[in-house]
Amino acid sequence: MERISKDDVKRVAELAELEFGEKDIEKIASQLDRILDHVANVGSANTEGIPPTSHILDIKNVFREDMAEESVTQESALKNAPDEANDGFKVPKID
Amino acid sequence: MEIHYLTAHQLKDRLEKGQISCTEIVKSIYLRIEEVEDRLNSYIRLEKESALSRAGEVDKLISAGSDIEDFMGMPVAVKDNICTKNITTTCASRILENYIPIYNATVIDRLESRNYILAGKANMDEFAMGSSNENSYFGTVKNPWDTDRVPGGSSGGPAACVAAGEAVCSLGSDTGGSIRQPASLCGVVGFKPTYGMVSRYGLVAFASSLDQIGPITRDVEDCAAMLNIICGHDRKDSTSINMEVPDYKSFLKADIKDMRIGVPKELMVEGIDREVKEAVYRTIKLVEDMGGIVEEISLPNLEYALSVYYIIAPSEASSNLSRFDGVRYGYRNVEAESLREMYRRSRAEGFGDEVKRRIMIGAYCLSAGYYDAYYEKAQRVRTLIINDFKKAFKKFDVLISPTSPTTAFKIGEKIEDPLTMYLSDICTIPVNLAGLPAISIPAGLSGGKLPIGLQIIGNVLREDNVLKVAYSLEKAIGFTCRPGL
Repeated sequence: MERISKDDVKRVAELAELEFGEKDIEKIASQLDRILDHVANVGSANTEGIPPTSHILDIKNVFREDMAEESVTQESALKNAPDEANDGFKVPKID
Repeated sequence: MEIHYLTAHQLKDRLEKGQISCTEIVKSIYLRIEEVEDRLNSYIRLEKESALSRAGEVDKLISAGSDIEDFMGMPVAVKDNICTKNITTTCASRILENYIPIYNATVIDRLESRNYILAGKANMDEFAMGSSNENSYFGTVKNPWDTDRVPGGSSGGPAACVAAGEAVCSLGSDTGGSIRQPASLCGVVGFKPTYGMVSRYGLVAFASSLDQIGPITRDVEDCAAMLNIICGHDRKDSTSINMEVPDYKSFLKADIKDMRIGVPKELMVEGIDREVKEAVYRTIKLVEDMGGIVEEISLPNLEYALSVYYIIAPSEASSNLSRFDGVRYGYRNVEAESLREMYRRSRAEGFGDEVKRRIMIGAYCLSAGYYDAYYEKAQRVRTLIINDFKKAFKKFDVLISPTSPTTAFKIGEKIEDPLTMYLSDICTIPVNLAGLPAISIPAGLSGGKLPIGLQIIGNVLREDNVLKVAYSLEKAIGFTCRPGL
């Protein structure tokens, strides 16, 4: 398996909307490298003709009637908002 | 025995005979909390005032002639990733430090309808990620048997508080062993039901295809009684199984004659402590003495279970935890000048190291170019593991193994080495991958006076067999030790 580089860590952090300090990046690269190297052994299992698991039981998709019912009020939906304006969630400038 | 060490069914018996009141029960639990909580840190939040006032109301109901149902008036600790309306639910994370749910988890509604009493919100590994409870923003939980040691995780708080007499029982959640492993390390009973038996509505999601809520109790009887309350269909959870729920207490019979019990050899090999193995062998002898038939079996694909889990669980987590973005709830960095900077800094400052590590593993496994080799491959190997279990359950009623390869380890011993920590769940993880029901019961003490747990695994929806064997073995083992705290 290819080693996890510092650039890999930066690329994945960007995907995951995380950021790390320069000195942490090296540590994370080596930890991810060790963990991913370990889990890569799934590659040696013979899965020819074996479907991926989607659910442990043989269940079907669940639907229900589209009926109007009581829901969360705007006021309570905003109760935990870090910032709000005009009955909505307020965020910094969208870049 | 002290009131704080009685089981829920013993307390119910005393309530029925008028020998005790709910107020006395709640007071004795809080006296115990005041005595030991400084040394344990099992709780993130206590609800003493509301608990006492609820106890008074329940006492009034009882004196007015109301029937006393299981867990009525019983102080229960709830893991802090289960939503409680108007009471903070932090997931032991800075990012949810001040989060106040506007709704109850379905399990909480069910308990409230039985007049339970919320003792407090129990400590845990952040977002249920960990095997030692050292990953909590609110500090490490200590093991009541030896406070230099970990209680296990991620439901370390729920297990420690039941073991120490700080609650009659608790609710935990189990994604890869997070109920059973701490129950094992703390010398109490922990049950993970079949995936889909307990509604996940209001459980903060970690890995949705693996997560399941379950009870941690002092004995198997309380465990069955709690399953009666929390199991059942919920339209708010699309993976909830729609079927009639049996009376789990009806399976509490000490009779396992002719039951077939398999011992997976892959769960008895390297890395399992000698004393833990010996405890399992002693139990096997007890099973045979009671007329059970024990045989070794091989589930060859279990060799991949840890790897499959550490691909699937972080992948699901990286997706689930994307909702924590500082917009609708939770911690926000207020200095950021643009939206994406706000996302990144809120998440970088709000999540702890282990959570970030797992998000990174998951995001990597799901990213373009790696998805097939990691995530999809892991889901195929998961099918192989499920098939191994299906085959085993054609021959056996239950499987038994150690719950944890070791007894409680020292605080700090494994925290710097994530992979070694992950190996703590080697015996419990396969069960979640296959969605099976499993219990951990105390099987004895090690020479160092630390509890050893035995895991009993059943086929899908065969909670009956698990409870029957657990109840029988509990009687035969006769574990009555309490931590010397």
